[in-house]
Amino acid sequence: MNLKKLSIENKKIRDLIPQALTILALLSVIIYFATNAQINMGNRGISFGFGFLSQEASFDIAFSLIEFDGSYSYGRAFLVGLLNTILVSIIGIFLATILGVIVGVARLSNNYLIAKTAEWYVEIFRNIPLILQIFFWYFAALRALPSPENAINFYDVSYLTIKGWYIPKFVWINFDIFCYSLILAFISIYFLNRYAKKQREEFGKILPTFTLSLGILISIPLLSFLLLGVSLSFDYPELKQLSETSYTYENGVSIIPELIALALALSMYTATFIAENVRAGVMGVGKGQKEAAASIGLNKGQILKLVVMPQALRIIIPPTTNQYLNLTKNSSLAAAIAYPDMVLVFAKTALMQTGRAIEIISITMLTYLSLSISISILMNWYNKKMAIKEK
Amino acid sequence: MILNNLKPTKDKINTFLPLGSIFVIFAFLDVLTNTFLNYNITGFLPQTLNYFFPLLLGYIGLYLIRIEFSGNRFLDKLNKNINSSNFNAFLTLLILFIIIKAISPLMNWLILEANFVGSSKDDCTGNGACWVFIKVWFNRLMYGLYPDVEQWRVNSAFLLLFALVGIAFFVPQKIKKYFIIFLLFVYPFIGIKLLSGGSFGLVYVETAAWGGLSLTFIISAFAILFCFPIGVFLALGRRSSLPAIRYISIGFIELWRGVPLITVLFMAAVMFPMFLPDGTFIDKLIRVLIAITLFEAAYMAEVVRGGLQALPKGQYEAAKSLGMGYWRMNVLIILPQALKLVIPGIANTLLALVKDTPLIFVVGLMELAGMIGLAKTNPKWLGMAMEGYVFAGLVFWIICYAMSRYSQNLEKKLSTER
Repeated sequence: MNLKKLSIENKKIRDLIPQALTILALLSVIIYFATNAQINMGNRGISFGFGFLSQEASFDIAFSLIEFDGSYSYGRAFLVGLLNTILVSIIGIFLATILGVIVGVARLSNNYLIAKTAEWYVEIFRNIPLILQIFFWYFAALRALPSPENAINFYDVSYLTIKGWYIPKFVWINFDIFCYSLILAFISIYFLNRYAKKQREEFGKILPTFTLSLGILISIPLLSFLLLGVSLSFDYPELKQLSETSYTYENGVSIIPELIALALALSMYTATFIAENVRAGVMGVGKGQKEAAASIGLNKGQILKLVVMPQALRIIIPPTTNQYLNLTKNSSLAAAIAYPDMVLVFAKTALMQTGRAIEIISITMLTYLSLSISISILMNWYNKKMAIKEK
Repeated sequence: MILNNLKPTKDKINTFLPLGSIFVIFAFLDVLTNTFLNYNITGFLPQTLNYFFPLLLGYIGLYLIRIEFSGNRFLDKLNKNINSSNFNAFLTLLILFIIIKAISPLMNWLILEANFVGSSKDDCTGNGACWVFIKVWFNRLMYGLYPDVEQWRVNSAFLLLFALVGIAFFVPQKIKKYFIIFLLFVYPFIGIKLLSGGSFGLVYVETAAWGGLSLTFIISAFAILFCFPIGVFLALGRRSSLPAIRYISIGFIELWRGVPLITVLFMAAVMFPMFLPDGTFIDKLIRVLIAITLFEAAYMAEVVRGGLQALPKGQYEAAKSLGMGYWRMNVLIILPQALKLVIPGIANTLLALVKDTPLIFVVGLMELAGMIGLAKTNPKWLGMAMEGYVFAGLVFWIICYAMSRYSQNLEKKLSTER
């Protein structure tokens, strides 16, 4: 009786015991794993360390944004994979956003046919595993494209073939100056908008901000072309015969079918989720808001721009960022169709060559983890900023 | 003046309605004959115009019949739903024409010109899909490399499961509890024994031979079974007032949620064996099951946490004031309400789990999608990727769509007004 009373009443001890037990269990598991790992690695004659990153990789990567061949290091191979992951994620996010917004708005249409079509798009593409969609595009749909000599021709500029999509290459002179001019344009637009806001709030003057911004965005880079010696020309793909029956395209840029399949599948799949977010966001704005806006004499465009969108965006953006993150993580499915992303290049090829399972898997996971965590920190900051400030 | 006369109004309905209808009907007739009868009514027009002619015609027709408050109920309904403005009319026509144009090649490929009879690729002579491929491989797609003579075991394991679940719905409330306990704690062992064999006179079948759609079900069922309780514990841990438990839970959840499943499976395949004493071997399927379970449990935990947070504080306080301890409070008061709140989220997590199962190709296990990959690379059946993936997509779609529908119904049934 006395003992029971003691353990129940002394809250500190009662709280401490389960915590200590949990930590102890966790520690013992970690130590058990670590000792086993050490013994296993010792048996195989490898020691834990990241020195292998600077060793020569001696494998080739089919598609890379930076220079790479077998003589570069594993570290460089990791970078190539990471950049490829980022590339397909950015393309996917861009396409998914456009498609998602269109489908989401279409689902709200008062046109029965459009709403139904959008609804079925969502129901179909959301309920098929992404990996199957990737397989479908890569192994079935894109394999039905013609060979290079019978390519689908877009105005003699770009060619779609079974070997990939050939587009003209941008040949820049003084590309850095052009970039600076773009940055300058964005900075001046930012200050213009601040100035316009001040004018509107203090003097009630409304400046045509949108037209002015567009003007700046076009005129400053244009000036760099005219005055600062920036120039742009195109290198068009040309058909070239390799042998009797084999053709290919020279010059230009080739977008490999793996990238096309992956980007298509990722964006069509993620678009369904973004569409649902958009729909929920717009529906989440109360009817009273629109009616109140109409009653003070705003027109349809103004209602959308000034009343509905700012409120809807507050609902839409957080889950949509989550979808962007999912898309980035899902891009690791690239390993299934041999698009050389981080998982394929590093966690598969490099791991097979070096046998350093623990280091390589940890680096890969940590990269994704730090990406996720940094985005969620950004999201929390955004949510705090956007939260309705009640007085 | 002329423009005013052209505006469709109610008093001129007798002129505008027939006129507009003729335009619309003619537009559809043009598209239909073009697609199905291969006859082009408007062939006399220049080619570029010819293509858009039905669109233009239909557009004019829809404009003419857009009469507000016409008094004709059908017309009003039509105008309201698909013809409320110029833009809507255009989109309506576009969608209808695309559907008409697409349905004919699609039908031809899927059914009309497809091949159903035969036993080899040479029997596929038509232009359409070669469903013979699916027919011949059907057994493999369902059971993987499981030996033909032993497949009754897979069937009976699933039949037993369905029978038990079915009976559990009908037995009286008193016995139901025992049924569910049996289902959750005894049946899994019976099922595993039945599938793997090795005793009771059953031939041993190694897990590498398991595959096809049945493997999808096996993995989903086990992962669902285990990830749910782990997820609930993690959610409670994350809301715990004990800092050590809270931070460990947070770390665990965020670790799994931050990485793609494919890297987790890689980890289970190549990294996990390094952590075990030399010589120990854990079956591939079990490693994969553990990996998927822990991964989905982290997502489940976040869903459950959403439900816990949504409950008003009064519920906790009321439970405590009745003298309930932590576990009694959570099991009897908090969790039943919290879980009910997040049924859609739970269903979505389970749906994601089912959709993630094809990823086990990473470790060399082949469920439905993996078996199709194997079948389409068979030298006798090259070029069957389209049929294979359309079939697999359809099967997965039916499963997932049914699940999402069921969860929506459940949500409606369980919703209690607050």
